[in-house]
Amino acid sequence: MDQGFFLLFAAASVVTALTLVLARNPVHSALALMACFLQVSAIFVLLEAPLLAVIQIFVYVGAIMVLFLFVIMMIDVREAVLQRFLPGSNLPALVLLVVLGVEMLVLVLRSDRFAIAQPVAMRTGGEVRQLSAALFADYLLPFEVASVILLAALVGAIVLARKEPQ
Amino acid sequence: MVPLWWYVVLGVVLFVIGAAGVLLRRNILVVLMSLELLLNSVNINFIAFGHYYDDFRGQIFAIFVIAITAAEVAVALGILVALARNKSTLKVDEVTMMKG
Repeated sequence: MDQGFFLLFAAASVVTALTLVLARNPVHSALALMACFLQVSAIFVLLEAPLLAVIQIFVYVGAIMVLFLFVIMMIDVREAVLQRFLPGSNLPALVLLVVLGVEMLVLVLRSDRFAIAQPVAMRTGGEVRQLSAALFADYLLPFEVASVILLAALVGAIVLARKEPQ
Repeated sequence: MVPLWWYVVLGVVLFVIGAAGVLLRRNILVVLMSLELLLNSVNINFIAFGHYYDDFRGQIFAIFVIAITAAEVAVALGILVALARNKSTLKVDEVTMMKG
Protein backbone atom coordinates (compact mmCIF):
# COMPACT_ATOMS: atom_id res chain seq x y z
CA MET A 1 0.00 0.00 0.00
CA ASP A 2 2.62 2.47 1.16
CA GLN A 3 5.01 1.30 -1.51
CA GLY A 4 2.42 1.73 -4.24
CA PHE A 5 1.67 5.29 -3.15
CA PHE A 6 5.38 6.08 -2.90
CA LEU A 7 6.05 4.76 -6.40
CA LEU A 8 3.11 6.74 -7.79
CA PHE A 9 4.20 10.03 -6.22
CA ALA A 10 7.88 9.46 -7.00
CA ALA A 11 7.18 8.68 -10.66
CA ALA A 12 4.95 11.74 -10.97
CA SER A 13 7.53 13.99 -9.34
CA VAL A 14 10.33 12.73 -11.61
CA VAL A 15 8.20 13.18 -14.73
CA THR A 16 7.21 16.72 -13.74
CA ALA A 17 10.83 17.56 -12.88
CA LEU A 18 11.90 16.40 -16.35
CA THR A 19 9.12 18.52 -17.83
CA LEU A 20 10.48 21.49 -15.88
CA VAL A 21 13.95 21.07 -17.36
CA LEU A 22 12.85 20.24 -20.91
CA ALA A 23 9.88 22.58 -21.49
CA ARG A 24 10.35 25.37 -24.00
CA ASN A 25 8.01 27.88 -22.42
CA PRO A 26 8.94 29.22 -18.93
CA VAL A 27 5.25 29.24 -17.98
CA HIS A 28 5.09 25.49 -18.63
CA SER A 29 8.24 25.08 -16.52
CA ALA A 30 6.61 26.98 -13.66
CA LEU A 31 3.46 24.87 -13.81
CA ALA A 32 5.51 21.65 -13.93
CA LEU A 33 7.47 22.84 -10.88
CA MET A 34 4.19 23.47 -9.06
CA ALA A 35 3.01 19.92 -9.84
CA CYS A 36 6.38 18.56 -8.68
CA PHE A 37 6.08 20.42 -5.34
CA LEU A 38 2.60 18.93 -4.83
CA GLN A 39 4.01 15.41 -5.33
CA VAL A 40 6.85 16.13 -2.90
CA SER A 41 4.37 17.33 -0.28
CA ALA A 42 2.46 14.05 -0.73
CA ILE A 43 5.73 12.24 -0.07
CA PHE A 44 6.12 14.30 3.13
CA VAL A 45 2.69 13.01 4.20
CA LEU A 46 3.91 9.45 3.59
CA LEU A 47 6.88 10.29 5.85
CA GLU A 48 4.44 11.29 8.63
CA ALA A 49 5.43 14.95 8.50
CA PRO A 50 2.03 16.62 7.95
CA LEU A 51 3.22 20.02 9.17
CA LEU A 52 6.02 20.06 6.60
CA ALA A 53 3.59 18.99 3.87
CA VAL A 54 1.31 21.93 4.66
CA ILE A 55 4.25 24.36 4.87
CA GLN A 56 5.47 23.02 1.52
CA ILE A 57 2.13 23.75 -0.13
CA PHE A 58 1.77 27.19 1.51
CA VAL A 59 5.30 28.45 0.89
CA TYR A 60 6.27 26.83 -2.41
CA VAL A 61 3.00 26.37 -4.25
CA GLY A 62 1.32 29.38 -2.68
CA ALA A 63 4.01 32.03 -2.40
CA ILE A 64 7.07 31.16 -4.48
CA MET A 65 5.22 29.97 -7.57
CA VAL A 66 2.98 33.05 -7.56
CA LEU A 67 6.15 35.16 -7.36
CA PHE A 68 7.62 33.32 -10.36
CA LEU A 69 4.43 33.70 -12.39
CA PHE A 70 4.28 37.41 -11.55
CA VAL A 71 7.85 37.91 -12.77
CA ILE A 72 7.09 35.92 -15.94
CA MET A 73 4.12 38.24 -16.46
CA MET A 74 6.24 41.38 -15.93
CA ILE A 75 9.05 40.29 -18.24
CA ASP A 76 8.67 39.53 -21.90
CA VAL A 77 9.66 35.86 -22.20
CA ARG A 78 8.94 35.40 -25.89
CA GLU A 79 12.51 35.84 -27.07
CA ALA A 80 13.78 33.41 -24.44
CA VAL A 81 11.58 30.62 -25.81
CA LEU A 82 13.62 30.19 -28.98
CA GLN A 83 16.68 28.43 -27.61
CA ARG A 84 16.34 26.11 -24.67
CA PHE A 85 19.91 25.14 -23.87
CA LEU A 86 23.20 26.99 -23.71
CA PRO A 87 24.95 27.31 -27.06
CA GLY A 88 28.21 25.49 -27.69
CA SER A 89 29.31 22.16 -26.33
CA ASN A 90 27.56 21.02 -23.17
CA LEU A 91 29.67 17.86 -22.93
CA PRO A 92 31.61 18.78 -19.73
CA ALA A 93 28.38 19.59 -17.88
CA LEU A 94 26.76 16.34 -19.02
CA VAL A 95 29.80 14.31 -17.96
CA LEU A 96 29.77 16.06 -14.59
CA LEU A 97 26.06 15.27 -14.11
CA VAL A 98 26.48 11.60 -15.04
CA VAL A 99 29.49 11.24 -12.71
CA LEU A 100 27.57 12.94 -9.87
CA GLY A 101 24.49 10.76 -10.29
CA VAL A 102 26.40 7.48 -10.63
CA GLU A 103 28.58 8.33 -7.64
CA MET A 104 25.62 9.10 -5.38
CA LEU A 105 23.69 6.03 -6.52
CA VAL A 106 26.67 3.74 -5.96
CA LEU A 107 27.21 5.18 -2.49
CA VAL A 108 23.55 4.77 -1.56
CA LEU A 109 23.12 1.27 -2.95
CA ARG A 110 26.38 -0.17 -1.60
CA SER A 111 26.11 1.19 1.91
CA ASP A 112 24.15 -0.70 4.57
CA ARG A 113 23.21 2.46 6.46
CA PHE A 114 20.42 3.16 4.02
CA ALA A 115 19.01 -0.37 4.14
CA ILE A 116 16.79 -0.03 7.20
CA ALA A 117 13.22 -0.86 6.27
CA GLN A 118 11.38 0.34 9.36
CA PRO A 119 11.66 3.45 11.52
CA VAL A 120 13.66 2.62 14.65
CA ALA A 121 10.82 3.64 16.96
CA MET A 122 7.17 4.21 16.23
CA ARG A 123 6.00 7.64 17.35
CA THR A 124 3.02 8.24 19.51
CA GLY A 125 0.68 11.18 18.91
CA GLY A 126 1.31 14.87 19.61
CA GLU A 127 4.02 15.10 17.00
CA VAL A 128 3.45 18.72 15.99
CA ARG A 129 3.46 19.71 19.67
CA GLN A 130 6.85 18.06 20.23
CA LEU A 131 8.20 19.55 17.01
CA SER A 132 7.18 23.08 17.95
CA ALA A 133 8.51 22.66 21.48
CA ALA A 134 11.88 21.64 20.05
CA LEU A 135 11.80 24.45 17.47
CA PHE A 136 10.95 27.24 19.91
CA ALA A 137 13.05 25.99 22.85
CA ASP A 138 16.22 24.33 21.57
CA TYR A 139 16.40 26.12 18.23
CA LEU A 140 15.20 29.57 19.26
CA LEU A 141 18.35 31.42 18.17
CA PRO A 142 18.45 29.93 14.63
CA PHE A 143 14.72 30.67 14.37
CA GLU A 144 15.29 34.34 15.20
CA VAL A 145 18.24 34.52 12.81
CA ALA A 146 16.04 33.08 10.06
CA SER A 147 13.41 35.74 10.71
CA VAL A 148 16.07 38.48 10.50
CA ILE A 149 17.30 36.98 7.21
CA LEU A 150 13.73 37.03 5.87
CA LEU A 151 13.38 40.69 6.86
CA ALA A 152 16.69 41.56 5.19
CA ALA A 153 15.63 39.70 2.04
CA LEU A 154 12.31 41.58 2.00
CA VAL A 155 14.03 44.96 2.21
CA GLY A 156 16.69 43.90 -0.30
CA ALA A 157 14.13 42.71 -2.83
CA ILE A 158 12.23 46.00 -2.61
CA VAL A 159 15.43 48.04 -3.03
CA LEU A 160 16.65 45.92 -5.96
CA ALA A 161 13.39 45.93 -7.90
CA ARG A 162 12.73 49.65 -7.42
CA LYS A 163 13.27 52.06 -10.30
CA GLU A 164 16.38 54.19 -9.98
CA PRO A 165 15.51 57.79 -9.04
CA GLN A 166 16.55 60.10 -11.89
CA MET B 1 6.78 -0.16 4.67
CA VAL B 2 8.98 1.73 2.23
CA PRO B 3 12.72 1.21 2.78
CA LEU B 4 14.82 4.29 3.46
CA TRP B 5 16.95 3.98 0.35
CA TRP B 6 13.93 4.50 -1.91
CA TYR B 7 13.56 8.01 -0.53
CA VAL B 8 17.29 8.68 -0.83
CA VAL B 9 17.30 7.47 -4.45
CA LEU B 10 14.34 9.75 -5.20
CA GLY B 11 16.32 12.63 -3.70
CA VAL B 12 19.33 11.72 -5.86
CA VAL B 13 17.24 11.60 -9.05
CA LEU B 14 15.56 14.93 -8.37
CA PHE B 15 18.93 16.48 -7.46
CA VAL B 16 20.54 15.36 -10.73
CA ILE B 17 17.57 16.63 -12.77
CA GLY B 18 17.71 19.98 -10.98
CA ALA B 19 21.48 20.23 -11.47
CA ALA B 20 20.95 19.52 -15.18
CA GLY B 21 18.52 22.42 -15.30
CA VAL B 22 20.97 24.75 -13.54
CA LEU B 23 23.91 23.78 -15.76
CA LEU B 24 22.23 23.45 -19.15
CA ARG B 25 19.29 25.82 -19.46
CA ARG B 26 19.72 29.23 -21.03
CA ASN B 27 16.79 31.07 -19.45
CA ILE B 28 17.58 32.56 -16.03
CA LEU B 29 14.03 31.97 -14.78
CA VAL B 30 14.25 28.24 -15.48
CA VAL B 31 17.69 28.14 -13.81
CA LEU B 32 16.12 29.62 -10.67
CA MET B 33 13.27 27.10 -10.77
CA SER B 34 15.78 24.25 -11.06
CA LEU B 35 17.55 25.66 -8.00
CA GLU B 36 14.26 25.33 -6.10
CA LEU B 37 14.10 21.70 -7.20
CA LEU B 38 17.62 21.09 -5.83
CA LEU B 39 16.70 22.48 -2.41
CA ASN B 40 13.50 20.43 -2.38
CA SER B 41 15.34 17.18 -3.05
CA VAL B 42 17.58 17.96 -0.08
CA ASN B 43 14.45 18.47 2.04
CA ILE B 44 13.21 14.99 1.11
CA ASN B 45 16.46 13.55 2.46
CA PHE B 46 16.26 15.56 5.69
CA ILE B 47 12.72 14.44 6.45
CA ALA B 48 13.30 10.82 5.42
CA PHE B 49 16.31 10.47 7.71
CA GLY B 50 14.49 12.26 10.52
CA HIS B 51 11.58 9.86 10.16
CA TYR B 52 13.59 6.67 10.02
CA TYR B 53 15.98 7.54 12.85
CA ASP B 54 13.16 9.09 14.93
CA ASP B 55 14.77 12.52 15.26
CA PHE B 56 12.97 15.86 15.07
CA ARG B 57 16.02 17.70 13.84
CA GLY B 58 15.38 16.56 10.27
CA GLN B 59 12.06 18.37 10.17
CA ILE B 60 13.49 21.43 11.94
CA PHE B 61 16.31 21.70 9.41
CA ALA B 62 13.78 21.33 6.59
CA ILE B 63 11.78 24.26 8.02
CA PHE B 64 14.94 26.40 8.04
CA VAL B 65 15.79 25.35 4.48
CA ILE B 66 12.31 26.41 3.34
CA ALA B 67 12.63 29.79 5.09
CA ILE B 68 16.05 30.50 3.57
CA THR B 69 14.75 29.40 0.15
CA ALA B 70 11.93 31.92 0.37
CA ALA B 71 14.44 34.70 1.16
CA GLU B 72 16.71 33.58 -1.69
CA VAL B 73 13.88 33.56 -4.22
CA ALA B 74 12.75 37.05 -3.21
CA VAL B 75 16.26 38.51 -3.64
CA ALA B 76 16.94 36.55 -6.85
CA LEU B 77 13.72 37.70 -8.50
CA GLY B 78 14.47 41.29 -7.45
CA ILE B 79 17.87 41.03 -9.13
CA LEU B 80 16.18 39.45 -12.16
CA VAL B 81 13.71 42.33 -12.52
CA ALA B 82 16.53 44.87 -12.25
CA LEU B 83 18.56 42.91 -14.82
CA ALA B 84 15.66 42.68 -17.26
CA ARG B 85 15.12 46.43 -16.89
CA ASN B 86 18.75 47.41 -17.42
CA LYS B 87 20.04 44.85 -19.91
CA SER B 88 16.73 43.57 -21.35
CA THR B 89 17.99 40.01 -21.60
CA LEU B 90 17.14 36.79 -19.80
CA LYS B 91 19.89 34.63 -21.28
CA VAL B 92 22.56 33.35 -18.93
CA ASP B 93 25.35 33.61 -21.51
CA GLU B 94 24.62 37.26 -22.33
CA VAL B 95 25.01 38.51 -18.77
CA THR B 96 28.76 39.12 -18.71
CA MET B 97 28.96 42.46 -16.91
CA MET B 98 31.25 41.01 -14.23
CA LYS B 99 33.56 39.39 -16.83
CA GLY B 100 32.93 35.95 -15.36
